[in-house]
Amino acid sequence: MSAPAFDALGAILLIPISAAALLALLPGYRVTARLNVLATSLTLAASLSLFFLERPTPGQYLLVDDLNVVFLVLNTFVGFTTSVFSASYISHELEIGRLTPNYLRFYHAMYQILMFAMNLALAANNIGLMWVAIELATLTTVLMVGIYRTHEAIEAAWKYFILGSVGIAMALFGTILIYLAAQPVMGGGMDAMLWTMLMQRVARFDPALLNIAFVFLLLGYGTKVGLAPLHAWLPDAHAEGPTPISAVLSGLLLNVALYAILRFKMLLAANERAIAPGPLMVAMGLGSLLFAAFMLYRRRDIKRMFAYSSIEHMGIITFAFGMGGALANFAGLLHMTMHSLTKSAIFFTVGHIAQVKGTQKMADIRGLTETHPLLGWGLIVGVFAIAGMPPLGIFLSEFLVVSSTFARAPVLAIPLVFGLLVAFGALLMRVNSLAFGEPQGSTEPVKASIVPLYAHLALVLGAGLYLPPPLVAWFQHVAGQLG
Amino acid sequence: MNGFDFDVAHLFAGGLVLVSFMMLYQDRLYALLNIFALHAIVLALSVGWQAYIQDAPHLYITTGIAIIFKGIVIPVALHRIIQRLGIHREIETVVGIGPTMLLGIGLVTMSMVVMLRVTVEADRLAREDTAMALSVFLLGLLMMVTRRNAVSQVIGFLSLENGLILAATGAKGMPLVVEMSVAFSILVAFIVIGIFLFRIRERFDTVNLHALDRFRGDQQ
Repeated sequence: MSAPAFDALGAILLIPISAAALLALLPGYRVTARLNVLATSLTLAASLSLFFLERPTPGQYLLVDDLNVVFLVLNTFVGFTTSVFSASYISHELEIGRLTPNYLRFYHAMYQILMFAMNLALAANNIGLMWVAIELATLTTVLMVGIYRTHEAIEAAWKYFILGSVGIAMALFGTILIYLAAQPVMGGGMDAMLWTMLMQRVARFDPALLNIAFVFLLLGYGTKVGLAPLHAWLPDAHAEGPTPISAVLSGLLLNVALYAILRFKMLLAANERAIAPGPLMVAMGLGSLLFAAFMLYRRRDIKRMFAYSSIEHMGIITFAFGMGGALANFAGLLHMTMHSLTKSAIFFTVGHIAQVKGTQKMADIRGLTETHPLLGWGLIVGVFAIAGMPPLGIFLSEFLVVSSTFARAPVLAIPLVFGLLVAFGALLMRVNSLAFGEPQGSTEPVKASIVPLYAHLALVLGAGLYLPPPLVAWFQHVAGQLG
Repeated sequence: MNGFDFDVAHLFAGGLVLVSFMMLYQDRLYALLNIFALHAIVLALSVGWQAYIQDAPHLYITTGIAIIFKGIVIPVALHRIIQRLGIHREIETVVGIGPTMLLGIGLVTMSMVVMLRVTVEADRLAREDTAMALSVFLLGLLMMVTRRNAVSQVIGFLSLENGLILAATGAKGMPLVVEMSVAFSILVAFIVIGIFLFRIRERFDTVNLHALDRFRGDQQ
C-alpha cells in the first residue's frame, strides 16, 4: 500500500510545476488568477491527504515523515490562502497599471515555481536536492521582489540576491562538509546524502567536521531565515515586492530555511561527540529578537515594520528550537505555525490598506477603523495577535517558550521577556495611530478579499482558545523527535 | 592514489588560490575579467584531473562547463556589459591593496588551520582540496566585501562558487546531484545577474552600489 501516498507526494510537486508552465502561457487575468487558486487548492488537498494515507518508504530523493508533514501542510495552506488574496490584490495592480499583463503571467508562473521549490525542499530526503530547492526558491523570490522595477524594488532585489547567494553558497559548503564527514563511514555514493541513512550512522562521523559544517549551514540557511546580523535583505525585500510575496516570504520561505537548520540540528544532536547545536541557535535567536524589537520603533513604512516583526518572531522560534527539549520544541512548532498564519493575515490587510491609501508610509495612514472597518479591525486583531495578546494563539506559544525557558535557564528568560515587551510596545503604539484618530488619505471602498484574512485570524484565535488533542499529540510527537 | 596524481591535483588547487589572490589586486575591470577567465580555466584543469584520477567520467561535464561557460561565455558577456555601460575606466580603491592582500593571507592561513585540523579522517586529497576550497571561498567573499562596483561583486561571487566546485569534486564519489546543481545555479545566477545589471543600467546610469545605497525606504 505504499503507492497512494507517493502519488500524493508526487502531486504536491507536480501540480505546481505543471500549473507554472500553464500559467506562463495563458493570457488574461481572470482565467489565470482562478487557475492559480485552483492549483494551490489542489496542492493543499494533496498535502492534507498525506495525513491519512500510509507513508511510503523513503526513496533516494523524497521522504515523508511526521516532521515534514507539518511543514508541508502549513506551506500549502498558506500558499492557498495567499493565492486567493493575490487574485484580488493583483486585479487592483492591473487597474492602476503597476503590473502589465505580461508581467502578470510571469508573476503567476513564478508563484507556482516558488510553491514547487518550497514543497520540494520540505519533501527532500537528499541534502543536495534540498539545497537545490532552496536555491530555486531564492531565485524566484528575487525575481518577484524586483517585479515592479522601481528604484527601490531593484535595490531590494539586488541586495536580497547578493546576500541570499552568499548564504546559499555557505550552505552548499556546509552540505559538502557533511558529505565529507559521512564518506569515511558510509563509503560515499548517494547514501551519504540521504537524511534517513545519515541519521542512522551519524554517531560514528567525525565530530570536528560536523561542527564546522553546522556553523556553515547555520550561517548559510540562517541568512535565509533572516537571523540578525544576516537579516539585511529581509526588510527591503518585504517592503518593495508585491504584498502576496511578502506574505509568502514571511509566512513560508523563512520556515523552509528554518526547517533545513532543524534537520541538520537533529543530525548533530545524534552525534554525542559533536558540539551541542542548541547554544548557537539560542544566541542567534535571542540576538535577532532583541535587535528587531528595538528596530521596530524606528520604522515609518508599514510593510517594513512587519518585516522586522518577522525577524523578531523567527528569532523567538530559533531560540525555542535551540533550547530544545520536548516543551520548548513544542512551543517552537506552535509558534511557527501561529506566526505563519498571523503574519500572512497581517500582510493581506496591509496589502489592501496600501492599495487603497496609495502609500506605505504609516504617517499618512490614520483612522482605518472609521473608513474601512473590516480592514481596520482586521489589522487590530492581527497586530494584537502578533504582539502576543491573550487569548490569541501567539500568546499561548510565547507563554510556553517563556515558561520553558524559566524552567531550564532562568537567566536567558530575562532578555527574552525584555525583548518581547519592547516589541509589544512598539507594535501597539503603531496600531493605535493607524487604526484610530482622524481619517487620513483616500476613503474609497475597497474590493478586498476578506475571507483569507479572517480565516487566518479565526484559526489563530481558535488555537489560542482550544487546541484539538490530535494536533497536540502530533506536535508533541514531533517535538520529541527533534531532541 | 600515487604521489604524482596527488601532486598534480595539489598543484591545480594551489594554483586556484594563487589566481584568487591575483584577482584581489586588480583595479581595472577588464584586467579583472581576464584573471577571472584564468581562474575558471585553472578550475577546469583541476576538475578534469580529478575526473581522470578518480575515474569519474561525469566530472568531465563539470570541466566542460567550467571552460566554456565560466572561462569564455561569462567573461565575454561581462566584457560587453562593461563596454555598454562605459565603465571600463573605473578604478576601484575601496580598501587599499596592501590591507586587502594581508587580510587575504590571514583568511587563507585561517582556512588551512581550521580545515586541516578537522579533516584528519578524510582522505588526503579531499583534505587538501577542502582547505584550498575554503581559501578560495573566503577570498571571493573578501572581494565582494571590498568592491563597490556591481560587476566586480558578481565576479567575486563567481570565484567563490569556483571554490565550492573544487570542494565538491575533491570529495570522492559525491553524487552527480551536486555538480549538476552547482552548474545549474551558475547558469541561473548568471541570467539573473545579467537581467539585474541591465535593469540597474536602465534606471540609474550607474552600476555603483554606493548610488543605490542612498535609497532607503525608511527615510522620510
